[in-house]
Amino acid sequence: MRRAAAILSSVLLGTGLLAAGLHAASAPGSRWTKEERALIQSLALDALPPLPVDPSNRVADDPRAAELGRALFFDVRLSANGQVACATCHLPERQFQDDVPLARGVGMTTRRTMPIAGMAHSPFLFWDGRTDSLWSQALGPLESSVEHGGNRTQYAHVIALHYRQTYESVFGPLPVLARLPSQAGPVTDPEAAGAWEAMPEPDRQAVNRVFANIGKAIAAFERTIKPAPTRFDAYASALGSGRSVGILTEDEIAGLRLFIGKGECINCHNGPLLTDNHFHNTGVSATPGLPEDLGRAAGAKLVREDPFNCLGPYSDAGEGDCSELRFMAADGHELLRAFKTPSLRGAAGRPPYMHAGQIGTLADVVAHYSTAPAAPAGHSELRPLNLSETERRQLIAFLATLNPNTGEGRKSF
Amino acid sequence: MLTLTPRRALLLGIPALVLAGGVVAAGAMMRSVPNGLDLALDKRTAGGLYKAAIAPQANPIVVGTMHAWTVTVQTPEGTPVKVARIGIDGGMPQHGHGLPTAPQVTKDLGGGRYLVEGMKFNMRGWWTLDLAIEGPKGADTVTFNLVL
Repeated sequence: MRRAAAILSSVLLGTGLLAAGLHAASAPGSRWTKEERALIQSLALDALPPLPVDPSNRVADDPRAAELGRALFFDVRLSANGQVACATCHLPERQFQDDVPLARGVGMTTRRTMPIAGMAHSPFLFWDGRTDSLWSQALGPLESSVEHGGNRTQYAHVIALHYRQTYESVFGPLPVLARLPSQAGPVTDPEAAGAWEAMPEPDRQAVNRVFANIGKAIAAFERTIKPAPTRFDAYASALGSGRSVGILTEDEIAGLRLFIGKGECINCHNGPLLTDNHFHNTGVSATPGLPEDLGRAAGAKLVREDPFNCLGPYSDAGEGDCSELRFMAADGHELLRAFKTPSLRGAAGRPPYMHAGQIGTLADVVAHYSTAPAAPAGHSELRPLNLSETERRQLIAFLATLNPNTGEGRKSF
Repeated sequence: MLTLTPRRALLLGIPALVLAGGVVAAGAMMRSVPNGLDLALDKRTAGGLYKAAIAPQANPIVVGTMHAWTVTVQTPEGTPVKVARIGIDGGMPQHGHGLPTAPQVTKDLGGGRYLVEGMKFNMRGWWTLDLAIEGPKGADTVTFNLVL
């Protein structure tokens, strides 16, 4: 009797083990091939290389410059009306963006605010890549008539008045500014533009250097803004060790499978920041009422002409640097209405989407990629995916796993 | 011959370019790469005027990273050729887009070898690299296939 019970229990145990084995074999995580696992891990934060050096900015990794840049980032005195700072649109508690279709500074812009985390890995900045460094990017909004709305001598005076000591400890002595106009710069305001034209060239260059250094300090701060870990990262890390069960739901895993497979999302949204840092025409509609937007076709020309680019006189780069700019693709039909691939980290938590906030929800974004509408100008690279309703839901579920973990990414700046 | 170094690729977490003959599984999860794609990195030009070979200076090639290649041009018999110009083009035939950068020959390394800077592949899949060679025997072209 005892023996029969022992046999029975061992049979039961065997059955249990068998069942457990079958369950493990059918668990989604264990169905990844070696190549799929490598692809998934290539998207994880663990795979993010160290910040690339920026030879055009010698203070890029100087903590004193980052501290100065942090102060400037939040300083509303760097604006025409004393109310706009970088942080007005790049809200630290909102992934450094502002949740609205078109950014609003002293006026209304024509583009969606981009987040900042991880941007130091990007060779070109803005939706059209019209600058080639974080520091030259920071200068654009400062002079835009609808963003900060100010001008170069105004900002140089702010530095002399409020940041002299810190500035000089990082960049060396400020030029003599007292005799220079309070408002002057190559901006749309005719008075400031006229005053700038009237300044002797050496004075303009001296002010340009201060202006460039403002950008370099802000860039040093922005380099400290890193993407936060997500549930997806935990899953990708655990894949190798076999402890991934329970981190993502079945739907999320199915969405990940679509992301790297049928959905072809990974073509452009690749690497640990889920962007190829390149420019694509994906047939996003033009917003009625906004001026024609040529995207990269205009941006490539602008970055080449930018006096604050990597090859310009205010860059610290040496010979042989600036390969991104030197070998940039500047012509061709595919640049027309091509816009930068955004990182998908945190994207599910920051609608609306696209370069002018044209698409309000993630569901509509996925629908856009599934149907692949024709581009309003140029040619869309998309082809219809014909995703089912279930597949769309799964893809959206996966994208939400790229949101920063609760409490992460909310570090006080 | 260049081969994938899985451990380093895995450590970097970034897919590496597989240049070994016939290994195209890497692209299988996206649009499938045509069967029988000629993956030779050393071949005759289309008109038979020259023999051209390409070799990346980075191994593995990391997606999204700027890197350089060496192009070697010889006569069909193997004598180094001094070329006047090498034009570089290419792209992804299945995606309908070109190279993300505009690579150029930046240095004559001697012995029919030329340095090409500014190469970048911004995604995995099937890429072509087209060389337009202008040399002493005239102009000729050659297309190489690469699977990332």
